[in-house]
Amino acid sequence: MANIILLGTRKGTVLFDRTNSTWQPRPISHQGVPVCYAACDPRDGTLWASLDHGHWGPKLSRSQDGGATWEDMPPIKYPEGARYIVKYLPTPDFDPTSPEGQPEYRDATVFKIWNIAFGSTDQPGRLYAGTIPGGLFISNDGGMNWELNRPLWNHESRGGDLFNGDATSENRWQGSPASVDYGVFEPGIHSIIVDPRDPAHIHVAASTAGVIETGDGGQTWAGRNKGMLMDYLPNPEAEWGHDPHFVTGCPDQPDHLWQQNHCGVFFSDDGARTWRKVSLPDAGVHFGFPIAVDEHDGRTAWVVPARGDSERMAIGGGLSVSRTTDGGRSWQSFRNGLPQQNAYDIVLRHALDVAGDCLCFGSTTGNVYLSEDRGETWRCLGNNLPPVYSVRFG
Amino acid sequence: MTHHLYRFFPELEDQTITVPAGSVAEVLRAVDTMTPGFTDYILDEHGALRQHVNLCINDHIVIDKKRLSDFVPNDGTVYIFQALSGG
Repeated sequence: MANIILLGTRKGTVLFDRTNSTWQPRPISHQGVPVCYAACDPRDGTLWASLDHGHWGPKLSRSQDGGATWEDMPPIKYPEGARYIVKYLPTPDFDPTSPEGQPEYRDATVFKIWNIAFGSTDQPGRLYAGTIPGGLFISNDGGMNWELNRPLWNHESRGGDLFNGDATSENRWQGSPASVDYGVFEPGIHSIIVDPRDPAHIHVAASTAGVIETGDGGQTWAGRNKGMLMDYLPNPEAEWGHDPHFVTGCPDQPDHLWQQNHCGVFFSDDGARTWRKVSLPDAGVHFGFPIAVDEHDGRTAWVVPARGDSERMAIGGGLSVSRTTDGGRSWQSFRNGLPQQNAYDIVLRHALDVAGDCLCFGSTTGNVYLSEDRGETWRCLGNNLPPVYSVRFG
Repeated sequence: MTHHLYRFFPELEDQTITVPAGSVAEVLRAVDTMTPGFTDYILDEHGALRQHVNLCINDHIVIDKKRLSDFVPNDGTVYIFQALSGG
């Protein structure tokens, strides 16, 4: 049973402690600093927070005493020579028939550490971090040193190995609106799923590219977007250019993966080899950002539906959570305990989590709700919190 | 420097730090030697000034924000501010 909830918020890290049947917040940590993600390493209880300093660059902070004290960690840096292709210049001589011949390069700088994931128990000290602009960093010493995963960075879908020369293929990755705060429009890795059966088997998801898989510990990567559909490019089944908002997997059934995408909810029961769209727009299940899957039953998942994508707010002024128990063939909507009038909340991609029968989500309106009966009824943990970026049980 | 940096480097609070004259980059490197990790808050991984930080030499805003080649004379003072551009 989870005994702590970590919130990453616009104004710091908020920890809630379970005391019998109540959850009590502590005074905020990282006061005044935007925290885009906070999570607990289940292997050793270390708490991690990704600080999104507006002025001083992104930093990771960790606590090894349950949140009593925090320490800033050495920064994550791109190695010298790490470049990426930004959108092609719209110059008068631009030739749309051979865009790969005219890329514009930029030296990579970490804008945001968007996600932190933890290695298996067989790999103590192994951590993963996904960044904007689209880097996967790996640490093997508990976050003291980080290394860019070059095979993914150098993937042919991004133009090939730009450390050693110009692009050898066309860049298929596009930007994410989540990067606009930094004055750029670059992709970002927001989901990292390590297979509990095999730590060399990892899925990552990038906005805006899709799902990418490695089976050899990150030496080679391949897109896993078959069955995905998009509605903002001419070819809805294009291999690249998909916008997963968040992707997660079932710990006990790792081949069951779920994806809340910009263009609907998608489910895979074959380890992302194929995806199936399981949205039910008439039931309100289509657009949204977060998604959570049951720890044991890979066919049970929850979403927080939103009106998208031009509005991005609660549907009809009322918050709801929808659950499927049959792999997305049907969805049940739950509203008990959630506001049903004048609610305009949006729940961001990392701001919903599940632990056993407990679910918790937080919104950019600073509201946090908890369910202890698998999403059927809810109670409020706070209405006046800063905008919530992430919610994770620990 | 902006007092917000004292939050991360309390040992620098109320200190006047004197280092040899040189480029702004050299001045910051000298401070980083005294206070490891300091430049990670001011500069990105390429040594360029972070977008929302401003540096001044006496009354003049540093021009070269990429390589920090502006020269700080013997009696010059480098100021570090949070830029008003946001962040």
